[in-house]
Formats: sequence, structure tokens, C-alpha cells
Amino acid sequence: MALYELTIREARALLRKGEITSVELTRAVLERIEALDAKVRAYLTVTPELALEQAKAADARRAAGEDTPLLGIPMAIKDVICTKGVETTCGSRILKGFVPPYDATVIAKLRAAGAVLLGKTNTDEFAMGSSTENSGYFTTHNPWDLTRVPGGSSGGSAAAVAAGEALAALGSDTGGSVRQPAAFCGVAGIKPTYGRVSRYGLVAFASSLDQIGAFGREVADVASVLGIIAGYDPRDSTSVNVPVPNYEEALMPDIRGMRIGIPKEYFVEGIQPGVEKALREAIRTLEGLGAVVDEVSLPHTSYALPAYYLIAPAEASANLARYDGVKYGLSIPGETMWDGYRNTRGQGFGPEVKRRIMLGTYALSAGYYDAYYLKAQKVRTLIKQDFDKAFERFDALVTPTTPMVAFKIGEKIADPLSMYLTDIFTLAPSLAGICGMVVPCGMADGMPVGMQILTGAFQEPTALRVAYAYEQATEWHKLRPPLDGKVEDKEVMRQ
Amino acid sequence: MKLSLEQVEHIAELAKLGLTDEEKEGYRAQLSAILEYADMIQQLDTEAIPPTATVLPLRNVMRDDEVTPSLPVEDVLANAPDVEDNCFRVKAILG
Repeated sequence: MALYELTIREARALLRKGEITSVELTRAVLERIEALDAKVRAYLTVTPELALEQAKAADARRAAGEDTPLLGIPMAIKDVICTKGVETTCGSRILKGFVPPYDATVIAKLRAAGAVLLGKTNTDEFAMGSSTENSGYFTTHNPWDLTRVPGGSSGGSAAAVAAGEALAALGSDTGGSVRQPAAFCGVAGIKPTYGRVSRYGLVAFASSLDQIGAFGREVADVASVLGIIAGYDPRDSTSVNVPVPNYEEALMPDIRGMRIGIPKEYFVEGIQPGVEKALREAIRTLEGLGAVVDEVSLPHTSYALPAYYLIAPAEASANLARYDGVKYGLSIPGETMWDGYRNTRGQGFGPEVKRRIMLGTYALSAGYYDAYYLKAQKVRTLIKQDFDKAFERFDALVTPTTPMVAFKIGEKIADPLSMYLTDIFTLAPSLAGICGMVVPCGMADGMPVGMQILTGAFQEPTALRVAYAYEQATEWHKLRPPLDGKVEDKEVMRQ
Repeated sequence: MKLSLEQVEHIAELAKLGLTDEEKEGYRAQLSAILEYADMIQQLDTEAIPPTATVLPLRNVMRDDEVTPSLPVEDVLANAPDVEDNCFRVKAILG
């Protein structure tokens, strides 16, 4: 097995035994990136020298007797998370050349744990999108089929992990941006409870919804990363001061007696037959493992999409007011200061970001605030109450992550509403602020299908436990995208 | 809810987005379609429902007023397009 194929758990065992070094592991992943990323295009920025320096430092720390769950593990970071000294663009032209003077809290925590940072991954501009097609730079390709999208907005991180271009990655999830690409790329991913992980240094999109999450090739790896990045941070007043449990202890393959609810509103007409079949099969597997499965209703589910697409753009329109060409990034001066703002913002933002700023500005504007923004916030309460009620009866809820597998590049980009509809199963949990975990649970049309496991606020251990038990009972997480033939093609082409 | 061109221009001006005529037409159609879809929430009776601004049971998080180190000014200004005397330089606001 090539070193880049290792899971964190496998790599950690070899590092601990001294059979490999972090420098060897990091070099193998960098070579994989070099060989493959011209096709996958997961990365906006790769920092090989910095990565090898960090790997050397990790090896030295290990030699000195230190150990952490991520010491010497090469990881990718979504480009919406600030990395000191490394360009952070949010996939936007308006932040081209922005080099943060500080690290996000999650980055500081990864550095303290000795993780090796490989570079920054592609994203829809300011995390607004479901395919990476809204990136201001290029579109990432799904490693399972290069003509399809990897999902979004954290599509670069998901594709990197699926393709062996990182052992794990950080993403961010506002309405599904970790879960949807995890499902599309066939990897494990978690969106923790709102408030579980500090958002300090995560460039803001919609502040009441944004949350940093993690990708890995197996559930245990996601648990390892979450254990490092979770926790209260005085620099983020919305991070919650509750103890961080040992997530690795949650990884028990025993879910006997666990009560799992199946929300009937998530199995609606229009869902791709292969996706529904995979989910039904997965639910039978959970039952076979001893879970007590029953149907549940979340009656306000269909209102999540309209509520989300009023609340998130409204918050975005306020957050993105800071891009004015004065403090950082693109600046296109005009006759007056106001002309400079209009030029910089009009030319610096891409079509989807402008669309959402417009939508949000409208929803907040005089005369429409009550009918749109305030109304959407009330609907949000109803959606949250649906989940509160369901979690009185159930430990976890299981749903499809998306109604379909990864779609073709270009298929939905001209119709924003059809793109928004790909997120219908991930939006309601985001509005409720609860935990959502995704694991691969089958294939349809040759593409991965993901199961979404939802648990109440701060119930990450339960989500990880269900995901782990399912993973141990199935083989889906062991499938790898058929990329290697294509790498050889590329090498032939070079000669 | 169909938006007029004037409404689109008004929103763009509130958001300080310089748009081309083509963009304005495009957004007029797309935003109208999205708002029409969003109108679905008007069906719900929310008379007695309080709004949720945050899912957390938090209000006004305060900290002690203590002086702590800040980022070096030169580091913060390093990304600015125009700087003078440790300040961001902008065009005259009034005048």
C-alpha cells in the first residue's frame, strides 16, 4: 500500500513504531498531489517547503518522546480558514493576495498537535455554492469521475481526501458544505454542533450557521481531528464552554438498543432511486446491528430551503460589507470613495456572491424585513422544534445526505434554484444547529452515496458511534476512486 | 414577487455593487424566481412563534476589560493597498 493511501489511524501506528517518518509520509502525499492535482484540482495553494519543515519538526518532537493523535499527519485546509503567512483567498478574486497576519484557532490547535499543513483547498467563493463551480479560480473535479463536481462548498477538501492528496482535511459547513461534498466524494465528514468548534479565523459567511468540520477516509480519523479542533475559545463568543469528550472512546461497534429515527420527509419523490435504495439498505444494516428503527416526522422540513436562503444571504450581505478595497485584497479606485467601493465589489465578487448579497440586502431592507428575514427566523424556530421533539424519542436520525449523486460539471450552474435544491437534506439540521455526520453507504451510477446521521446539540459521540458501527459492518469506506490508471496516462503524456 | 429594474438598482446601490446592465437583468429574473419560491414560508402561521437569531442560549457575552497584546500594526497594514502614517488611506468621504 502506498503511504498516501494510509488512514490517520494506520499512519499513526507506523509513525509510533518508527517504521515510517512524517517526512516520508508527507513527501509521498506531496508527490501524489504533484502527479494528480493537475486533473483533480483540489488545491488552490500547495506549500511543499512549509509542509516538509513541519514534518521534520514533527519527527523531532516524536524523537523527543512527544505524541499526539495528529503528530506528523499531513492535512489539507479549506481556503476560508486563515493561515498565518499563507495566502487565504476564500476562492474569491477579491481576496487575491491576502496573507493573514494570524492563524485561525483551529490552525493554531493543529500546529500545536503537530499536524502537517499541505496547503489550501478550493471552495466555492466565500463558501457559497454546492459544486466549487463558483470558485473565482477553477472548478475541482470529482476523483470518482472527473467530469462531475466534487460537491461544495468544501469540494477541494473532500476531493483531496478521496484522491489520496491528504490524509484528512478541514472544511466549513453553513448549509451542508462539509456533508454534501463528503457524500459526493465517498469520504467521512462531520459538521459539529454550532458552537463546538471555534470560528475565530474562519472567514465569515453566515455567522449564526457557520461551523468548521472535518473530513477523513474513515470515521476514526474524523474523530481524531474533531478531538483536536473542538473546544471553547474566548476569541469566539459563540463557542460554547462545555467539556470536549474523548471522541475516540465513542468508537464502539455496538449500537444495540439505540433508537434511530427515519424522517419520512427525507424520502420524497424526486430522490434518485439508487440513492434511496442505498439508504434503505443501510437502515436495514443498522437494524441488523440491533438499533431500534422507527419512522418520525419533521413536518417543517420543506420550509428549510426558503428559510435558509433568506437567513444565510442576509447574514452574508452584512459580513461581506467589509470587502471595500481599503484594508486588504482587490482595490479598484474610482472618482470618489463610493465609486471605489462599487468598482471593487462589482468586479471583485463573482456572480453567486453578488446574487446572495443582493438577496440578503433585499431581505433586510426597509419594508421587507418583517416579511422575509423576521419570518424566516420564526420558521427557523419551527424547524428547530421539529428536531427537539424528534430527539425526545430518538438518539439519532438517519437520512440521505443529498437527493442525488454528484452531478456533471456545468449541469446546474445556469439555474441557481436547482443548485440550491441539491442541499435540501442538509439545510434543516444547519438551521437547528445540530450535529451532522456523513459516511459512505453505497454506490449509484458508479458514484458514492452518503448516509447523514443527525444527533442533538453536542451529541457528537452518538453520531460517531452510529457511523463507526455502520462502517465496521460494511465495506463502502474501503472503496477508492479509480484514479491510478489516469495518473499513468498523465505520466505517459509527459514522456 | 417580481422585482422591477428600479428595485434591483436600489438593492445594488444599498450593497454598493457596481453592476452592468446585463447583470441587472440577470439578477432581476433570478432573484424574482428565488423570492417566488421563498414566498412558500408565508403559508405558515408564525403569529405565536418567537424568532431564532441564534440556536445558542447566549446573550451579550462579556469579558473583563483587560489589555492584551494585539497584532503588530505593520502586519495588519501589510495587506492594505494604500497606507500612510500607520493608517489605511482612503479618498475624502465628505466634499
